[in-house]
Amino acid sequence: MRIELERRPDVSKLFSILSPFIALGLTIFFGGIMFVLLGKDPVSALYSFFIEPLTEVWSLHELAIKAAPLILIAVGLSVCYRSNNWNIGAEGQFIMGAIAGSILPVVFHEWHSPLVLPLMMVLGMLGGALFAGIPAFLKAHLNTNEILTSLMLVYVAQLFLDWLVRGPWRNPGGMNFPETRTFDASAILPEMIASGRAHWGFGFAILAAILVWFMMRYTLKGFEITVLGQSERAGRFAGFSSRKMIWFSMLLSGALAGLAGIAEVSGAIQQLRPVISPGYGFTAIIVAFLGRLNPLGIVVAGLVLALTYLGGEAVQVSLQISDKPIRVFQGLLLFFVLSCDTLIHYKIRMMWYDLTKTTGEGAR
Amino acid sequence: MGIFEAILLTVITAATPLVLAAIGELVTERSGVLNLGVEGMMVMGAACAFIATQQTGSPYVGILAGIASGALFSLLFGFLTLTLVTNQVATGLALTILGLGVSGMIGEAYVGQSGIKLPQIVFPVLSDIPFLGAILFRQDLIFYLSIALVAGVHWFLFRSRAGLKLRAVGDSHSSAHALGVNVIRTRYLAVMFGGACAGLAGAQLSLVYTPQWAENMSAGRGWIALALVVFASWRPWRIVAGGYLFGAVSISQLYAQAFGIGIPSQFLSALPYLATIVVLILISHNRRTTLINTPAALGKSFVPDR
Amino acid sequence: MKKLLLALATTAAVIGFSAAASAADKAKICFVYVGSKTDGGWTQAHDLGRQELEKALGDKIETQFLENVPEGPDAERAIERLARSGCGLIFTTSFGFMDATVKIAAKFPDVKFEHATGYKTGPNLATYNSRFYEGRYIQGQIAAKISKNGVAGYIASFPIPEVVMGINSFLIGARSVNPEFKLKVVWANTWFDPGKEADAAKALIDQGVDVLTQHTDTTAPMQVAAERGIKAFGQASDMIKAGPETQLTAIVDTWGPYYIKRTQALLDGKWETTSSWDGLKDGILTMAPYTNMPDDVKALAEATEAKIKSGELKPFTGPLKKQDGSEWLAAGASSDDGTLLGMNFYVEGVDDKLPQ
Repeated sequence: MRIELERRPDVSKLFSILSPFIALGLTIFFGGIMFVLLGKDPVSALYSFFIEPLTEVWSLHELAIKAAPLILIAVGLSVCYRSNNWNIGAEGQFIMGAIAGSILPVVFHEWHSPLVLPLMMVLGMLGGALFAGIPAFLKAHLNTNEILTSLMLVYVAQLFLDWLVRGPWRNPGGMNFPETRTFDASAILPEMIASGRAHWGFGFAILAAILVWFMMRYTLKGFEITVLGQSERAGRFAGFSSRKMIWFSMLLSGALAGLAGIAEVSGAIQQLRPVISPGYGFTAIIVAFLGRLNPLGIVVAGLVLALTYLGGEAVQVSLQISDKPIRVFQGLLLFFVLSCDTLIHYKIRMMWYDLTKTTGEGAR
Repeated sequence: MGIFEAILLTVITAATPLVLAAIGELVTERSGVLNLGVEGMMVMGAACAFIATQQTGSPYVGILAGIASGALFSLLFGFLTLTLVTNQVATGLALTILGLGVSGMIGEAYVGQSGIKLPQIVFPVLSDIPFLGAILFRQDLIFYLSIALVAGVHWFLFRSRAGLKLRAVGDSHSSAHALGVNVIRTRYLAVMFGGACAGLAGAQLSLVYTPQWAENMSAGRGWIALALVVFASWRPWRIVAGGYLFGAVSISQLYAQAFGIGIPSQFLSALPYLATIVVLILISHNRRTTLINTPAALGKSFVPDR
Repeated sequence: MKKLLLALATTAAVIGFSAAASAADKAKICFVYVGSKTDGGWTQAHDLGRQELEKALGDKIETQFLENVPEGPDAERAIERLARSGCGLIFTTSFGFMDATVKIAAKFPDVKFEHATGYKTGPNLATYNSRFYEGRYIQGQIAAKISKNGVAGYIASFPIPEVVMGINSFLIGARSVNPEFKLKVVWANTWFDPGKEADAAKALIDQGVDVLTQHTDTTAPMQVAAERGIKAFGQASDMIKAGPETQLTAIVDTWGPYYIKRTQALLDGKWETTSSWDGLKDGILTMAPYTNMPDDVKALAEATEAKIKSGELKPFTGPLKKQDGSEWLAAGASSDDGTLLGMNFYVEGVDDKLPQ
């Protein structure tokens, strides 16, 4: 059997809506088989995974908390990737944003004012942007590949945070454990609605997605990004500078990652710790592509990916299994979603030619 | 044994898996495919190599299992990105998630077992040369393979017809296609070679570096290997230079600590990453040479017109 | 498709509810793990404790766990999920879960919480910890007896009080045998990376260390020690399989008895907030068999263990000086627990600098 693709003349509207559901169906089918093989009830596993987290208010709040940093970071990354700038160091920018924003509540902890919170957010964006500015500078002016520099700087940021919270920024009243003092109430990002603990980070994420979507769709800048991303040459003829675009896209994605960092720290953790992210910066890369690099798609993708984490825990609890099969299930889901998107642009044809040649030997 | 020699031996063990995974990824990327799933393939290789060794008692069977599992696992990536033209970056990351999950699942029963270390192959006479003997001629099979692979890849890419075709595919798939090169088949083979090398690197982890299986034992080395390909600007011998530079800096910081120099360990731990950046800046100032070596079609999908 | 999903959901809901109903008569004891339950170290020790608990009280309780839970907001969510799923008692087994546990404990006053190795308590939140350092003292004595070069190597994870305490206790033990004994420390900056731990072991051995101890979780350093023909100590669990001729002894975390005791208290309605810090005498840590050492060393180790158990010997007893030479404890004075729990300084003789 051979599989051949045929490009559709137009993007298929039908399949851009249908493909995620086909992917879901396939995941349910194969995932179900996996759970049966593990000797677990597939129906309750799938229920716990996909539906249970959506049935309770607290869990919806948790979904928003988990999705917020993923969406914020991924929206910024989508601009980078569309303009052909391969920032894969958002994790580091997330951390540096969190550190920069935390200067106020940690170092100037005696200053309480309504100004603290907005300033923290601004500092967070600055911190992330400046840190992303390093690979941007190196790429734009010294011709250094940003994949390597942005990735390596992630480790540097992690170690810097580690040093800060164990050394100079350690909580003086914290029994010498590695964490900063807990933020004052004036430095804590408030909850969005009273029914749960989801904070304004999710609001920022939605807002950022809408703004970037608008920019990409209706402004000259958006056009510039797309043109330069498709062909640097064409962009130059149109009078766009790819050097400026490096700066713009990297700083923008750095700022959004930094905002995600400070929002997470201020809203959810409320202090700095040696580890503040379970890899949001890397997971957001998947989110960006799952959302087809479209900010609104990214909102959906971020929520879906967050659901797989929540659902995974629900399955662990309800079925009493370890988290390894959950990771496999998550991987399956991602694979199916990615493959089914192919249907949007292509018709898939199965070529059974060698089957006809080998009749008599039976189907293979 | 002198301290310098001792450090060098430790560096070799630490650098070998990086070199192996990177040289495989280099070939993959030279064909125009960016596979970010190195970490996943590596950890699969480590798990399968260890399991096979425990089952059969032979680490050489383990090596084969590591290579095979890496290649098979990369085939999954190949099917998605080449046949179904999915996005390479996202698919590679998903492959890593899947690899960590699957390896953890199949390896669960083997945690805590003490493995069999791959024996050294001692060259007679040569191994008695002072200093160099211990470093170069008293190593295990995987080390020799790593050097042979780099040499082989260099020869293949720049001296063979097939290598020329592979580079052509990576630079412009449409022109290569027009010239009659089978783009998809070439890329499949390149992806599988990358997977096999990553699997072998994994086998080195669970058979040489630390003969045991621990979940997630690759601990980010796949990512370093990815960075090394860029560092090497897609040239094989630079992979060795980069891998050993990275290994040397990360190992010497541990020796420096044991020596007691009193700098916060976080700063020392950050050195390998900073060193890699600095060296890359120094060697990439010439825009033209960088461009020549970068596969122009890297990360772009190809669908032949019919 | 939609109908099918709906049908699936309803059946699942029915199954789910019926399962919940049948479970209601048994108390649910839950665990939150920071690592994988088969990590061969810290988390595995807790999971063995959980299994022991199930064996002992299986007819009255059932257990549940969540593994690989990252610290921070994810921990908060994981703990809340367990609290909502009907857990009566929840053990959170990593220091980094402290603030998350505090927050959720305040939200669910009817559920009992126990947090390992932290210091914050509440009306329904207890803490528990183990005096690992008692074992380290014995190890130090053995090391000083065994070592020919008079210098041991210590692979450390992160500079937190628990680790610093271990380093100090080891050296105090060693110096009680050989006042000139030296200790080299390497920070691996990881709890769990076999390769890096092996590298650290090699770095120490190459610089003349002939006894190795570790405060990281994998058996990699033990394997390196075995290969190089020196002796080493295991950590968190008995690592004798990784070095049959290498391991001298190991500190084995045995949480089971504590989990059984506290669960029984819950069942009896006698659960109270405590801050327990048990040691060798309570069996929360045990020493793996003393092997690969001469009989007189073994006798010394056993005697010390007995003295610690009886309370006759406390590792942190003066005269002791801090690293900078200043007086810490006068002769005969023992350190209070508060100082130990927040320990952030070395005693005299450690060849390393702590980040301040």
